[in-house]
Amino acid sequence: MALKMVKGSIDRMFDKNLQDLVRGIRNHKEDEAKYISQCIDEIKQELKQDNIAVKANAVCKLTYLQMLGYDISWAAFNIIEVMSASKFTFKRIGYLAASQCFHEGTDVIMLTTNQIRKDLSSPNQYDTGVALTGLSCFVTPDLARDLANDIMTLMSHTKPYIRKKAVLIMYKVFLKYPESLRPAFPRLKEKLEDPDPGVQSAAVNVICELARRNPKNYLSLAPLFFKLMTSSTNNWVLIKIIKLFGALTPLEPRLGKKLIEPLTNLIHSTILRTTFQASVISVTWSFFQLCVQKLRILIEDSDQNLKYLGLLAMSKILKTHPKSVQSHKDLILQCLDDKDESIRLRALDLLYGMVSKKNLMEIVKKLMIHVDKAEGTTYRDELLTKIIDICSQSNYQYITNFEWYISILVELTRLEGTRHGHLIAAQMLDVAIRVKAIRRFAVSQMAMLLDNAHLIASNAQRNGICEVLYAAAWICGEFSEHLEEANQTLEAMLRPKVTTLPGHIQAVYVQNMVKLYASILQQKEQSGEKEAAQEITQLMIERLPQFVQSADLEVQERASCILQLIKYIQKLQIKEVPVAEEVIALFAGELNPVAPKAQKKVPVPEGLDLDAWINEPPSDSESEDEKPKTIFHDEEQRHSRQKQPEIDEEELARRREARKQEQANNPFYIKSSPSPQKRYQDTPGVEHIPVVQIDLSVPLKVPGMPMSDQYVKLEEERRHKQKLEKDKKKKKQKKEKRGKHHRHNSLHTESEEDIAPAHHVDIITEEMPENALPSDEDDKDPNDPYKALDIDLDKPLADSEKLPVQRHRNAENLKSPDSEAPLAEKKSKKPKKKEKKHKEKEREKGKKKEKEKKKSSKHKKKKHKKEKEEKSKDKKKSKKKHHHSEEEAAESVQNGTLDDEPLPVSGSALATPTYDIQGNLQNDSQVTVSVILENKSTSFLKSMELNVLDSLNTKMLRPEGASVHDGIPVPFQLPPGISNEAQFVFTLQSIVMAQKLKGTLSFIVKNDEGSTHEKLDFKLHFSCASYLITTPCYSDAFAKLLESGDLHMSSIKVDGISISFQHLLAKICFHHHFSVVERVDSCASMYSRSIQGHHVCLLVKKVRALSERSSWGQNSVSVDGKCSDATLLGNLLAEMKETLSSC
Amino acid sequence: MQFMLLFSRQGKLRLQKWYVPLSDKEKKKITRELVQTVLARKPKMCSFLEWRDLKIVYKRYASLYFCCAIEDQDNELITLEIIHRYVELLDKYFGSVCELDIIFNFEKAYFILDEFLLGGEVQETSKKNVLKAIEQADLLQEVSKLHFSGQCISMLYC
Repeated sequence: MALKMVKGSIDRMFDKNLQDLVRGIRNHKEDEAKYISQCIDEIKQELKQDNIAVKANAVCKLTYLQMLGYDISWAAFNIIEVMSASKFTFKRIGYLAASQCFHEGTDVIMLTTNQIRKDLSSPNQYDTGVALTGLSCFVTPDLARDLANDIMTLMSHTKPYIRKKAVLIMYKVFLKYPESLRPAFPRLKEKLEDPDPGVQSAAVNVICELARRNPKNYLSLAPLFFKLMTSSTNNWVLIKIIKLFGALTPLEPRLGKKLIEPLTNLIHSTILRTTFQASVISVTWSFFQLCVQKLRILIEDSDQNLKYLGLLAMSKILKTHPKSVQSHKDLILQCLDDKDESIRLRALDLLYGMVSKKNLMEIVKKLMIHVDKAEGTTYRDELLTKIIDICSQSNYQYITNFEWYISILVELTRLEGTRHGHLIAAQMLDVAIRVKAIRRFAVSQMAMLLDNAHLIASNAQRNGICEVLYAAAWICGEFSEHLEEANQTLEAMLRPKVTTLPGHIQAVYVQNMVKLYASILQQKEQSGEKEAAQEITQLMIERLPQFVQSADLEVQERASCILQLIKYIQKLQIKEVPVAEEVIALFAGELNPVAPKAQKKVPVPEGLDLDAWINEPPSDSESEDEKPKTIFHDEEQRHSRQKQPEIDEEELARRREARKQEQANNPFYIKSSPSPQKRYQDTPGVEHIPVVQIDLSVPLKVPGMPMSDQYVKLEEERRHKQKLEKDKKKKKQKKEKRGKHHRHNSLHTESEEDIAPAHHVDIITEEMPENALPSDEDDKDPNDPYKALDIDLDKPLADSEKLPVQRHRNAENLKSPDSEAPLAEKKSKKPKKKEKKHKEKEREKGKKKEKEKKKSSKHKKKKHKKEKEEKSKDKKKSKKKHHHSEEEAAESVQNGTLDDEPLPVSGSALATPTYDIQGNLQNDSQVTVSVILENKSTSFLKSMELNVLDSLNTKMLRPEGASVHDGIPVPFQLPPGISNEAQFVFTLQSIVMAQKLKGTLSFIVKNDEGSTHEKLDFKLHFSCASYLITTPCYSDAFAKLLESGDLHMSSIKVDGISISFQHLLAKICFHHHFSVVERVDSCASMYSRSIQGHHVCLLVKKVRALSERSSWGQNSVSVDGKCSDATLLGNLLAEMKETLSSC
Repeated sequence: MQFMLLFSRQGKLRLQKWYVPLSDKEKKKITRELVQTVLARKPKMCSFLEWRDLKIVYKRYASLYFCCAIEDQDNELITLEIIHRYVELLDKYFGSVCELDIIFNFEKAYFILDEFLLGGEVQETSKKNVLKAIEQADLLQEVSKLHFSGQCISMLYC
């Protein structure tokens, strides 16, 4: 032993330490990767050694490599080993490594529960501290649940150092395990008045963070916080308190008034930090004026940070008190010129909220200037989106002149290299569809765009601006009746250059060409120009083939269809049959905008169960949720098919009729114009508003590319005129309503409402399905991590909410053997306890409980036997040893911890040891059994000796020369209340079968009255899983292994699994020593190796139970195993079945 | 606070502390993105930027960038203050700290950070207390180290 240690320390001298590694990396700049892989190999060697110092050194180096971006997840187990080192030096490194690389997906994380619990209760405050720090980084829901109670106890620790940490970590625990909030809250509240300022500020921190959700709960604490705020001198705490008040004031208006005074004081003293925090609080008007003035000082400051924060705070005030900010428009526009992009973006945000009908044009004009000046595409893109956001906000509320807006959009298309072509396109489409009055103008502009397409599309690959051509083509096609020079536009669309555009744009081109063609045809036929009509047909037939050859399927399909249609038309034309009416009928009807949420809002009709099967479910598992999808799929296909014109006229007519019929019945489909009245009944302001003629003071067509500036000028003139008129009217004291667009007949001459829009536009609201569901659920974000904290804290605590205290499951069976009466009492108690537990856990775990009950009753029987044996003994101090088999341990503690914390059972149960069996890596026929012995009595235990009745197969390893009947002494003594771990080595012949060994532990109990010799019988259960060693395996090696074909196969299936698949895998990993090779959705391959080198491969699949309605939501798991030994596999699977069926 | 990163002007990561559990892949992606964005900013620019739905607060000290990600409701200036306090702590502990100190004693830098912040919240505002805790923990470490090496040496001679 000593020699080994010396050897270890000599080895260590030659090992690299962290400094050497860092130095080495710095010296190998050229071949860093190679050097590091070499280092990792060395580290792997070091990790195999027994010396914990070497291991810790290796883990420390790994932590450094992890930071450099290397994967060290393979060493997770070694990290846990180092974490559990008894020396603080190593423990510290272990926890650091864990906090750096563990996350919720780390399999082995559940192995740490016990270690952490041990460290939390360590007498050394730094052990506890390091455990808390580590836990704060990798706490999982399971860990939170299991450790919540321990941490809560630490909140009342004697050392403020620990209290402080415990209070802070509780916030993380609440997030992961919200059930703990209610039971822990009273204690958290106490900590607000802790004598230590550190603990106090930690408690303020936690409550402040908690108040993000359901601040109502914390309203009762307001007086306390108020006191703290006025008395505290710690700025860190002050800011948190102010933040908390920010959340509270909306709930309690009186609080706001009370706060003004202290806040004003604070603003004057610590202006920098508190101002913008305070601004969140909605208080009175004068206070805001003060804030805004202070903010103005901030923004004018030369310090960029303050400027930024000033703007940020301003935007917060803007939300509640827009008027108080609007007067600072000049300042904010000035900020747009700032060198710093963040500041400019902030200023832009502010502008968004500051626009009004009056200043929209001016602001956008300024922005357009910035767009031209802007360097760097990201900022320019940002500007572009902001312009569009500003203009389109609240349903184009501030736009008085849509021609101006269209011109702006067209101007924006001239931007180079913007990514937001689709955004502009969407706006163009939206405006053209929804603002009927603007269509004529929009079409003329779009025709111009199409004509100049070469400018836009010249670098189609590089930028997204060509997306606008999509909109342009569609608008020109759909509203072709407004087009003046349709011929020219059609030709522009047929240019060969078009084929370089992206496929989806070409497809729209092709489709809309036909629309254009149809309207030209109609026009020509009406005016009797047959020649011209035929010419245009000829043109189409000549040019369309270039699209038929397109690589894009959509384009190809549409083009070939249309080509056939047009060829047919040509035939008819030659026969001098009028065709225009028929062709135009293809595109009859108007498309209305559909609200983006319309689909979601369609209510489910009564009696329709979307979850019910339409057909008998297929036996196979794969198509679980595809059924409902296919319904929609079909429908879509049907729609697109209808859009393709057919040559057969009769068929066409029939289809059109059918389509109309279907559309009439189909709530999703956009209806054609007739009888829309019915549908709009509940959407105010759509068709009821008479469409008023366009005010022709604005020229409809602006020569050349449009210049939005002209509109600004025109607008000013118009407004001026309007004002004059108005003044005149006023003088005449005529106060008549001046039209529907005047919402109020306001008397303030300069107020917004006075600015009449240039045209009377009716903005069509988007369609919603009939009886759409109310829209309240839209705003909640299902992914909000704080959602879980929305808990009512004022309700009294129910019994069922007590934090789960880790207790030994079998402890309740330990009864004093001296009489039957206590036994009966225990028995009657037991159901209650079960019930309580039952309530605690979710319903789904019910099954497991039943199982547990069964087990414990089994135990009871065993106990009876033991009792008989021990009857003769001193009743006062008998000692019981009871054991767990591996599976039982799995159930008693969810995380599979094997340690125990016995209940303080009345009577004389003294020690409750548990054990764990681990395969020995070095020797293929040995396993190590670690037994934890705990003395729960008040006496001293010594001379403990463990003996086992060897079987043929399994023998305990005894020192040389000892007979098989000699016991092995336990190398320690146990003072009262102390536990310790002893290890025993067993040799095995065959490992394919599970084994049970009988054993005895004899010991001397020493107390004041003297000493007695006692013994305790137990059984050791060697499950097959305990012979397995978790061995990682790469997927290619795994595949080779499976291919090799010399493995035996067997499989099992377990029904009624209610835990998540992830959890299930973790269970298998933990209890059966497997590692996950690969996981795809709900299917995973796993691998493990026995100590004798048997390969075990598993394929675990989750199968949703389909056949029975009763088991809806529960799942089955199938496990297919392959192993080099059939018996071993059979036994392993049987064990696994037992574990899984308890899930 | 969601996480804290320390990186050099060359973009080399020197320290990372995550207060939200993320997979290594995500961490790497975030780090790469942030390092690029922050390094691209000019010295005269303000210390804040918006990134995804987080706010990034960063500050440069000599050749090192200290970069924190905070949530929307959190206060930027106090985060700057946290960064500054951390730098002061490092400075006190190492005695006019430089990048190399952090590279070679990176675990110490972590320990200091862990005493200062816990779970992304400020744990101890007093510099003195933080340093005291670190010193005592170090002392504990030294003792066990001494003890250990002493044991080794005595064994060598026996």
